[in-house]
Amino acid sequence: MTKEPSERFDVLVIGGGPAGMAAAACATENRRRVGIIDDNPDLGGQIWRGASANPGSPAANWVARVRDAGVRVRCGLRVLHQPEPGVLLAEGPRGPCLLTYEDLVLATGGRERFLPFSGWTLPNVMGAGGLQALVKSGLPISDKRIVIAGSGPLLFAVAAYLRRQGADIPILCEQASWNSIARFGASLFTQPGKLAQAVSLKRELLGVPFAANSWPVAAEGHGKLSSVVISRSGKLERFECDYLACGFHLLPNTELPALLGCQIQHSCVWVDDLQQTSVPHIFCAGEPTGVGGLELSLMEGQIAGLAASGTLSRAKKLFNKRDKLRKFARVLERTFALRPELRRLPFPETMICRCEDVNYRSLAEHTSWRAAKLYTRCGMGPCQGRICGPVTEFLFRWRPDSVRPPVFPAFCESLAALPNPAPTRSELTGAQL
Amino acid sequence: MSEQIALSVNGKIISVPSGATVAVAVMLADEACRTSISGEPRGPLCGMGICFECRAVIDDNPHSRTCQIVCQAGMKVRTHD
Repeated sequence: MTKEPSERFDVLVIGGGPAGMAAAACATENRRRVGIIDDNPDLGGQIWRGASANPGSPAANWVARVRDAGVRVRCGLRVLHQPEPGVLLAEGPRGPCLLTYEDLVLATGGRERFLPFSGWTLPNVMGAGGLQALVKSGLPISDKRIVIAGSGPLLFAVAAYLRRQGADIPILCEQASWNSIARFGASLFTQPGKLAQAVSLKRELLGVPFAANSWPVAAEGHGKLSSVVISRSGKLERFECDYLACGFHLLPNTELPALLGCQIQHSCVWVDDLQQTSVPHIFCAGEPTGVGGLELSLMEGQIAGLAASGTLSRAKKLFNKRDKLRKFARVLERTFALRPELRRLPFPETMICRCEDVNYRSLAEHTSWRAAKLYTRCGMGPCQGRICGPVTEFLFRWRPDSVRPPVFPAFCESLAALPNPAPTRSELTGAQL
Repeated sequence: MSEQIALSVNGKIISVPSGATVAVAVMLADEACRTSISGEPRGPLCGMGICFECRAVIDDNPHSRTCQIVCQAGMKVRTHD
């Protein structure tokens, strides 16, 4: 089998979702050597997973734009480390490779926030976006009963999608209050595009019972999910179901930006007007700079791509549109802020760290993320705290530590491929605390 | 995703639409993906390669994230390792 080729780029984009594709397509305007790498099997990111197969869709148009612009696309590749400035170590199906860049655009996207409750580790309890991704990847759900719960506008989009695929949705639960949702609805009138989406979603969701002030308190079943208990405006109700699609809004993926030394502010990557991070020549676009959805990601991606290729005047023309979309992002954050009652959902024996099976009881006696890691191995498994880190931040108000390489679990062979595998003195000292 | 392809999950032959990920095949086989450290069955959670709950052995490659790998005809998948 041939090895994963190492390559040199003028502009390298990490992440092939909307922000990354927009950045890459715009970066080619100055005819520079542009590449995109992505961990997923195809371009499109999570929101457009599988959508590029529909001709004429925005997803298909962006994929075509990227390909026509001559962008080099490599999927199934994930970044592990930056052994020296301007060089990334990545791992693909055929092993490790080195990717060299002049300018870098980080479009690492977002992920769902998960919160622990009794039974949340049972098979068939999934993220809302998680279940949608599996259905887009071929899972048939016709006539399956699916409870949707959590928080955020993604729940509505997922409900509409699952229903189109033939699922029966007995209830859609949002933890936010009716008041917050009403204010959110009113704010849509300042964003005509979003309002149109909301109206069309509402039409699709006619007949799906919607409950605000509601959240899952227990998932039940032997070996896999069979029912969910919901707290619905203070009363408990049980729903038999095949799947629970549950996510509490989205979180920015900031691990790689943090590893590269980009300043993180309020859990998001700090960027200037041109989407440049605190590290020169490293740009960031989309959810990592603050969760704001598709339109904002596309706008930030275009600005980052134009800025990275030195086309500043065209980038500046997009500032106004972007800033307006950012206001909407702030409304989202306020509307779907987590209610404190959710901190009381886990029982002492409820697992918090799913990789290392660390339960609530063993974590509650610690006072920091670092102490919890040292004594319980919480956050030390393959997900590297991507799931339980935000959970403990919410439950215990622990702050995550610095990110260390490799930023994803890697094969030893990949680490051996480093140009200089010997750790520096400071890395060694750091490892000993 | 019209054409069907066949692969095996724990020795069971499973047919999936071409383009489906291995996680889908495992779910269609009614199997969990892995057994946790304390012995719980676990299946996919995030569906996007971040949580590592959907790990299984694919063609003798351990710790493969089944949600990020597309099924190939004749693949052999083993769960609960």
